[in-house]
Amino acid sequence: MSAARILAPLLLVLGLLALWEGLVHIWQVPVFVLPAPSAIGQALYEDFASLAFSAWMTLRISLTAFVLAVLGGVALAMLFSQSRMIEMALFPLAVILQVTPIVAIAPLIVIWAGMDNPNRALLLMAWIAAFFPVLSNMTLGLRAADHGLLELYRLYGASRWQVLIQIRMPSALPYLLPAMKISGGLALIGTVVAEFVAGSGASMGLAWRIMESGNRLQIAKMFAALLLLSLLGIAVFFCLSALEYLLLRRWHESRVVREA
Amino acid sequence: MLSISGLGKIFSGGVAALENIDLRMARGEFIALLGPSGCGKSTLLRIVAGLIAPTSGRVEWAAALQEGDIGVVFQEPTLMPWANVRKNVETPLRIAGVPATERTARAMEMLALVGLENFALAYPRTLSGGMKMRVAIARALITRPPLLLLDEPFAALDEITRQQLNDDLLDICNKAQLSVLFVTHSAAEAVYLSERILIMSARPGTIRRELRINAPEPRAEAFRHSQQFAAYCGEISAALREAAV
Repeated sequence: MSAARILAPLLLVLGLLALWEGLVHIWQVPVFVLPAPSAIGQALYEDFASLAFSAWMTLRISLTAFVLAVLGGVALAMLFSQSRMIEMALFPLAVILQVTPIVAIAPLIVIWAGMDNPNRALLLMAWIAAFFPVLSNMTLGLRAADHGLLELYRLYGASRWQVLIQIRMPSALPYLLPAMKISGGLALIGTVVAEFVAGSGASMGLAWRIMESGNRLQIAKMFAALLLLSLLGIAVFFCLSALEYLLLRRWHESRVVREA
Repeated sequence: MLSISGLGKIFSGGVAALENIDLRMARGEFIALLGPSGCGKSTLLRIVAGLIAPTSGRVEWAAALQEGDIGVVFQEPTLMPWANVRKNVETPLRIAGVPATERTARAMEMLALVGLENFALAYPRTLSGGMKMRVAIARALITRPPLLLLDEPFAALDEITRQQLNDDLLDICNKAQLSVLFVTHSAAEAVYLSERILIMSARPGTIRRELRINAPEPRAEAFRHSQQFAAYCGEISAALREAAV
């Protein structure tokens, strides 16, 4: 079963790559339209140093934005759980920030935050993209604590802080962790979008490599950059899934394996 | 140890849940509150526990008793699913800031009392309904309260488990000299466990009748099959039918 789970998609991908390679050669597709997988591999090998550097730039900004989004979202949700007033006042603002397309406000952010330090603008845009799922799910999770447990804590005269840390926070974990998986992906997307908008020169991330190779018709290198980008996304998703598994496997219903 | 006088509760929606409740409880007494569902038994228990405030009347405590000296077991076990059995039992002590080593020792002592010492590291979802209830009872007892409030704790359990837990509860109460206020809707359970039964009427809940159970202590299986037991149950069923009108 587990061997098939790895083998089946792997074989499919290898098969599709072989088909791609074969068709490109048979139809003699020009390399500036669609390069063969072998050409992409070669581009990746030859430009590895610069591509890896760009990947690191993109990853660093994404991860920083992601960590700040999780910290900010969790902290704000904790604040919301303590005061309905604050939640009512601030939540609409968070929604406005969420529904406004990041591309539309990017030029403003570049002007305000990125004049002297372009990375700051990238970070801010990636943060805006990643922030909302954490805030929204964490707010819901903190509120979803078992009523009986809350009553029990009240009975023993627990402080608000004890209730928050010992009951509300663990109750919110099954809500927070899936939101983190979404946010991790959004932070990466936000960074790439921000790099595109911020334009050339300022940043050296993967989006910049993609634009540069597009301008120079180095399509194989463009594909190599895309490949690295999706690998980054997969790595982020995998790490966060592993974290979810580790934290929930002992107790949460979603991890219970029932005998058939 | 506990004295309730003229107690009434009207919820904010205007529903009168309790009316003019008087109740005196002596130390070590086992009292059952019996009544049709929705008669305010649970509401009364929650007022005694201090979870909700009464609209009128008062609850007075014996001087030696403080507000935290109550153990409560709800209808549901209400355990923290992310914590193992021992940590769940430790909860009241953790809230009170008792050091970890003492907490653990006390929790193990309580688990031995309810026969779960081998499940200290198990997670709640791996336990049966009866075992979860035992954990909840151990948690309620860990502060060594003189008064235990039980809100239909065994209603969701099967008959055999329920009888077993009834016997264990009596055993624990005798050992620890506990006073118990026990809410139930089972006449047989009330007769088997308690010294006094208060029968409540439908909404608004008032105490309609009081019945003393004169049976040999400690109670045992034989009592369940005695003629006396059947007679009490018959009397209570009649009183319940009357109270429901």
